[in-house]
Amino acid sequence: MNDDKTNGSIRLRLDDGWFEVCERARLVPGRGVAALLPDGRQAAVFTDRTGRAYAIDNRDPFTGAYVMSRGLLGSAHGRAFVASPLLKQRFDLETGECLDDEEVSVQAYLTDHSK
Amino acid sequence: MTTPAPSAAARTIVVVGHGMVGQRFLEALAEKGVTDRARVVVLGEEPRPAYDRVHLTSYFTGTTPDELSMVEDGFIEKYGIELHLGDPARSVDRAARTVTARSGRVFAYDVLVLATGSYPFVPPVPGRDLAGCFVYRTIEDLLAIEEYATTAATGAVVGGGLLGLEAAGALQGLGLATHIVEFAPRLMPAQVDAGGGAALLRTIENMGLSVHTGVGTQEITGERAVDGMLLSDGSRLQTDLVVFSAGVRPRDQLARDCGLAVGERGGIVVDEHCRTCDPAVYAIGECALACDGKVYGLVAPGYEMAVAVADALASGDGRPEKSFTGADMSTKLKLLGVDVASFGDAHGAAEGSLDVVYTDARSGIYKKLVVSPDGTLLGGVLVGDAEMYGTLRPLTGHVPPIPAEQLVLPAGLGAPVALGPEALPDEAVICSCHNVTKGAITPLGSLPEVKKCTRAGTGCGSCLKTIEKLLPKTGDGGLCDCFAHTRQELYEIALALRLRSYQQLLDEHGRPAARGGDGCEICKPAVASILASLGGGHILDGEQAALQDTNDHFLANIQRNGSYSIVPRIPGGEITPDKLIVIGEVARDHGLYTKITGGQRIDLFGARVDQLPVIWARLVAAGFESGHAYGKSLRTVKSCVGQTWCRYGVQDSVRMAIDLELRYRGLRSPHKLKAAVSGCARECAEAQSKDFGVIATANGWNLYVGGNGGATPRHADLLAQDLTDDELVRLIDRFLMFYIRTADRLERTSVWLERIEGGLQHVKDVVVDDSLGICAELEALMAGHVSAYRDEWAETVEDPERLARFVSFVNAPGTPDPTVRFVPERGQIKPELPVLALEVAAR
Ligand code: SRM
Ligand SMILES: Cc1cc2nc3c(=O)[nH]c(=O)nc-3n(C[C@H](O)[C@H](O)[C@H](O)COP(=O)(O)OP(=O)(O)OC[C@H]3O[C@@H](n4cnc5c(N)ncnc54)[C@H](O)[C@@H]3O)c2cc1C
Ligand code: SF4
Ligand code: FES
Repeated sequence: MNDDKTNGSIRLRLDDGWFEVCERARLVPGRGVAALLPDGRQAAVFTDRTGRAYAIDNRDPFTGAYVMSRGLLGSAHGRAFVASPLLKQRFDLETGECLDDEEVSVQAYLTDHSK
Repeated sequence: MTTPAPSAAARTIVVVGHGMVGQRFLEALAEKGVTDRARVVVLGEEPRPAYDRVHLTSYFTGTTPDELSMVEDGFIEKYGIELHLGDPARSVDRAARTVTARSGRVFAYDVLVLATGSYPFVPPVPGRDLAGCFVYRTIEDLLAIEEYATTAATGAVVGGGLLGLEAAGALQGLGLATHIVEFAPRLMPAQVDAGGGAALLRTIENMGLSVHTGVGTQEITGERAVDGMLLSDGSRLQTDLVVFSAGVRPRDQLARDCGLAVGERGGIVVDEHCRTCDPAVYAIGECALACDGKVYGLVAPGYEMAVAVADALASGDGRPEKSFTGADMSTKLKLLGVDVASFGDAHGAAEGSLDVVYTDARSGIYKKLVVSPDGTLLGGVLVGDAEMYGTLRPLTGHVPPIPAEQLVLPAGLGAPVALGPEALPDEAVICSCHNVTKGAITPLGSLPEVKKCTRAGTGCGSCLKTIEKLLPKTGDGGLCDCFAHTRQELYEIALALRLRSYQQLLDEHGRPAARGGDGCEICKPAVASILASLGGGHILDGEQAALQDTNDHFLANIQRNGSYSIVPRIPGGEITPDKLIVIGEVARDHGLYTKITGGQRIDLFGARVDQLPVIWARLVAAGFESGHAYGKSLRTVKSCVGQTWCRYGVQDSVRMAIDLELRYRGLRSPHKLKAAVSGCARECAEAQSKDFGVIATANGWNLYVGGNGGATPRHADLLAQDLTDDELVRLIDRFLMFYIRTADRLERTSVWLERIEGGLQHVKDVVVDDSLGICAELEALMAGHVSAYRDEWAETVEDPERLARFVSFVNAPGTPDPTVRFVPERGQIKPELPVLALEVAAR
């Protein structure tokens, strides 16, 4: 963990470098927020109870709705996941893989906590 | 015979016939690794590799011959199988162990497997060889029928059995006026009895087919091509095309010619391992006469035989564990739009068996169940409504948990909506989308596991409730992977230890592996609800904010496109014109879709997250409160107009409904709560379908509990009679708090009342007679809720900190989410549905 280096803000790794999302204080541990990326895409950004940040694509691949940030965060076997708020499929927050359907995954972003 | 049985050492296996069973046999050989050790030669008569004969008719509805193929691309090459198509076996020399094909090629074998299927029986009537006469067995037959039909106007099918009806449906589909000629006095004589035949006849005639039963075919007439038929009653039928579907006969000629034993009425005689009288020769599928004396004209028994033989060849000594001793002859007609099914002992052949029959001539429904004197289900016939086939067939041989008389009744006439899944045997299909049986589900531990391993529940989702009932409650009855306690135990822990924090509960009372973690989507909202019903303050404050499901988190219901709906409380369904106008104005100004709900209030749909606060600010200013449509909490207390206006009313039902709704609004509970108050026994408010329902009497109020509408309706039970206002409220207080304390997560009062030990009587003892001495505590808890109640939305719109989370984007608070879009419909909006399936293109 290198919280100190982030000056209290959360950053995502995009193709062309780090992108600053918001103050860490804006996030409630265990919940997410949606962030608009420079190219118009949306990321769902979460922190867990230890303060570690995660980010995945905000689009729920099962419904096509941009709602992943509104799902509930949980952990199983030490790995954090989010359950889609619509049909409740769970996605690993580090890899973006769907835990309920092997064939589905969403993009996961590196955050400056996940190095 | 002393010849040693051939075994895995066999060098060459020759298979005659590449039909459905032949191909299944090849697959089983490959699965068991026999293809690695032995040379496998296949001789097929047809010009194409094995295809799905069962779905042959789907060719007429657009399925191509290639799509019907049963041989996966590359299968033959991968396993080094030598497949010779269009070259049937002509003769077998058992002494030399060779097979000679029509082409003259000779193949030596160590093991010979005959899978030659059947041929359609064509009765020896004059004219049967005229142009325009067909049988219905192969793709080539269908291609020929299709071509000939282009010049024909009328068609006739000889034979009114399962296949004949299928063929008749196909002819009708080709645009021909179609006749069915059946010698027996009814259609499908092998499957249905007289009653079923009558129902079937009506339905088929209603579909525009002409049925002639009880008459034989005497002659097919015509010069060179068919122009009609002479029937045994002397009548003449004009027709341009005839399809014979008068049954099939096993293709046993090859076997006869080489001296193998065949049955009196055909079929190659085999033992329980599908071996003929020559141990080097097996016969499988429709050409075999099984050891139970039957020739099976269905594919599933053929598959079983194929696997049994492959097994024998794979096991070293040629003595397999698997054997074939008989099979189920259940059938379901898959065409023509008629529901017909028969299973088990459909004709009541067993001694002492009894029939339970339901008929409805008008709608062409006939259902018969055959039961033994002790109630065991032996079989049945279903015509016109085969809905229950999936449940009943697997129950054959068992005593159904519900009397047969009830099982045949149509839904709505006292029939059970569904049998409990516990009652089903392992082979019952639970998920019909993915054909997953109960036996495949019960060994698994959790829903995600079931979805992953069997795909059950990932289609239409209608089986999910049943699956959950079949699963162990996370093995040990615990709430989820995080807690080994039930919801009730967690409630008691939180109550007794005055715990008001989820994290504390998880870290001190969770499963060891879950402590210190983040919990999960199951226990978080459940614990949030417990904490809220124990007086936890505003649900968006502090730690609680992280626990709520998304609906509670935004105090609104999420919709399929990520927008939200807004449901203001309208207690008892009573509303002033001014308030109605406000709702109309708010909806108009923000472009929301409005709809009257089934709960006597108004739902406003299509708000983006960032619009919720402004909309609610206006509603709150006009005196509206949250309707908690998003919460597991009180929804509505429905009312009828009652004594004030209605000439029958005996109490003021509207006032009581409003009082009750205001008393229990915001009460968090294991599942949602619905209520109603009717002004007299006519029950216009449908109180008996609610979690708690009140019906006015001349002397006061009757209280009903545990009712439910929805998918599993339940009539409420009477808890107490002729109550005064105060008595009524006190009793409901106790009832609700007792439910909240002891119910499982997401368990409606109806399910809880059925599950809780002692049932209604126990609940009565506790809440009416205070048998546990807890009524004072229950009342105090409710008093605490009533005095602490604050409107969540009023508190939210006044608090900048809470409002801060109502943004589409954390880093662009003013920007609306561009993916939430609408299109017009009937003068309002509807979601423009998100595009699915473009994943690949977008990458
Ligand atoms: C709006 C409404 C349909 C309508 O257009 O009329 C409705 C809409 C929804 N119902 Fe309902 N139900 C509505 C009346 C009903 C009724 C009829 C009634 O209450 O008189 C029933 C059957 C009666 C019963 O519950 O006993 C009903 C049985 C359900 C069920 C199945 C409950 C059960 O135990 O069988 C669900 C699913 C659940 O709660 O888990 C459900 C769930 C839902 C949800 C909340 C689904 C969801 O989670 O998104 C829908 C969201 C509404 C929204 O976004 O605002 N809704 N729902 C009705 C709202 C009434 C109200 O004013 O609050
Ligand atoms: C229209 C139709 C609908 C049906 N619907 C159902 C249904 O709903 N449910 C069900 O269970 N069953 C159904 N059946 C029956 C099912 O198709 C058969 O049970 C199944 O095909 C039997 O498989 P088999 O391999 O034994 O015979 P087949 O599939 O007939 O294969 C035998 C093959 O052997 C070939 N052959 C014969 N003699 C020789 C020889 N000397 N040399 C080389 N090859 C030879 C034949 O040409 C044929 O290709 C239906 C059949 C038809 C025609
Ligand atoms: S339930 Fe009775 S009082 Fe109420 S509206 Fe119906 S008839 Fe009138
Ligand atoms: S029946 Fe199981 S998903 Fe449709």
